Amino acid sequence: MRAEQQQSSRSRVRLMDGTSQTLTLAWRTLLQLRRNPWEMADFSLQPILFLVLFLYVFGGAVAGSTAAYLDFMLPGVLVMNLVFVTVYVGHGLNTDLTRGVFDRFRTLPIARWSPLAGRILADMVKQAWCIVLLLFVGFLLGFRPTESLAWIPVLIALLLVFALAMSWVMVLVGVLSKDPEHVQLFGFTALFPVTFISNVYVPVETMPPVLQMVVHANPVSLLAEASRGLLNGGPVLEPALWSLVWAAIIMAIFAPLSVWALNRRLARS
Amino acid sequence: MDETIHAEGLIKRFGATVALNGVDLSVRRGSVLGLLGPNGAGKTTAVRILATLIGPDAGTASVEGFDVQRAPHEVRRRLGLTGQYASVDEKLTGRENLILIGRLLGVPRRAARARADELLADFDLRDAAHRPVQTYSGGMRRRLDLAASLVGHPSVLFLDEPTTGLDPRARMDLWNLVRRLVAQGTTVLLTTQYLDEADALADELVVIDQGRVIARGTSEELKARIGAQTLELYAESEADLPTLAELVENVAGRTPEVDGLRVMVPVTDSSVLTEVVRALDDAGIAVGELMLRRPSLDDVFLSLTGRSVDADTTGESATESAS
Repeated sequence: MRAEQQQSSRSRVRLMDGTSQTLTLAWRTLLQLRRNPWEMADFSLQPILFLVLFLYVFGGAVAGSTAAYLDFMLPGVLVMNLVFVTVYVGHGLNTDLTRGVFDRFRTLPIARWSPLAGRILADMVKQAWCIVLLLFVGFLLGFRPTESLAWIPVLIALLLVFALAMSWVMVLVGVLSKDPEHVQLFGFTALFPVTFISNVYVPVETMPPVLQMVVHANPVSLLAEASRGLLNGGPVLEPALWSLVWAAIIMAIFAPLSVWALNRRLARS
Repeated sequence: MDETIHAEGLIKRFGATVALNGVDLSVRRGSVLGLLGPNGAGKTTAVRILATLIGPDAGTASVEGFDVQRAPHEVRRRLGLTGQYASVDEKLTGRENLILIGRLLGVPRRAARARADELLADFDLRDAAHRPVQTYSGGMRRRLDLAASLVGHPSVLFLDEPTTGLDPRARMDLWNLVRRLVAQGTTVLLTTQYLDEADALADELVVIDQGRVIARGTSEELKARIGAQTLELYAESEADLPTLAELVENVAGRTPEVDGLRVMVPVTDSSVLTEVVRALDDAGIAVGELMLRRPSLDDVFLSLTGRSVDADTTGESATESAS
């Protein structure tokens, strides 16, 4: 027993130390933002721009009035933006890998999992910031949830669970990409259809039947529907559960796959 | 014997390429081992194995008595690594980077700041402390890299091509910093493709080429092994070069190498010096400089591998295509 204890304290990092290292590394990722105002603008201004543009360009045509469209679109934009913000996980991880920062961390006596965990944790903070920011901008534009505000924390939690799952997809992309630019390219080419073939911008009823099936199954639609329900009333439980099932499936596939790919990449350098 | 770094029979393959093909290393406590070789020779692979970044396919290695594969965490607690890859975060300031590493090593916040400030002062980076690293010059960047690997007071330091791409002044600065660390008792494994660097810093040299150790010993021993000395003279004008080359060839019995105004030839007997002086006098040619010197490490490498270190790019492609 004693020998075992000694062994574990000698060769492994205690969970508490690993957690504090993760927090330190998350802090570092957020600290980068201060030095890189463009990334900040990217995930703060871009969704606002999207929101405002779509609202005033499509609002009247799709929903009859901008006010009605805002009610419909805002929850969807939250989800869409969440998917795009996960690209930063892959982008940041790839930058660390290609620039050698990741190797520096690996030569330090810290928990093996903390660099990855720190990055994902920092991403969760960015995600939460974006959700709150978009809700606030929506409020300024006239969005008033009809449901109790007490649902908002539930909404944020639901969105973050899905963001966590999506982060693992982007970890894989970050590991497999040659350089940070490729991560971004993938992010925008692959994620654009995923978020667009959904019910984020327009009601699904007007689409061809085959597309409707895709849209209904798309976790982005499910999450958008659950978000609408939590803010403005409507079905919540079913779409929320299905989006959690999606999150679980994505995580079950991509977390082990990403870790495997990361270790493979590290072993080959 | 007090051996701080020990490696035996290291073999590492990347796909079909054999990066290391049975390398043994041994570094005494407080000494500097220079690992010398062209690009693609396997230097970096050896360092990455010793620094626990990758595992060898065969062979064993230990640092401060801890096996790099069985007790990597213990090795990491004692090592510092500076190289082109183990880098700092370009978006943070120099000070933030050092604090970050201190915090990751479990140093309390206040002490981590104090250590960062101490290192910034030591490495002449105080003025740049609050600037993002991406604004640093190459020399400042390397000094910060070195500082970053020293936050935890490592007893063993791996320096992987620490001065590649630096100007002469920045190189000298870095050499002085390394000398200071060695004086304080740090054990250093240095890889370099600059022979003057190995000559200036290392107590002992290991020359590797295509994943194998091809020579080891002190710089003096290696030079002595080549035996020959080099006769070197500088022409005063280009017009003299043909006559000069012919004259040297007659005396030394070998075709000299002409590089700009410099004429060089390896010789075995130091009496050629007087012969050359006499011949120059007879021919009535004045030269800018005339000397007999012991071979440089460049000459050593050339005679060991048949290739010049300068031809490192061809060396690398040769390694790749050969395997």
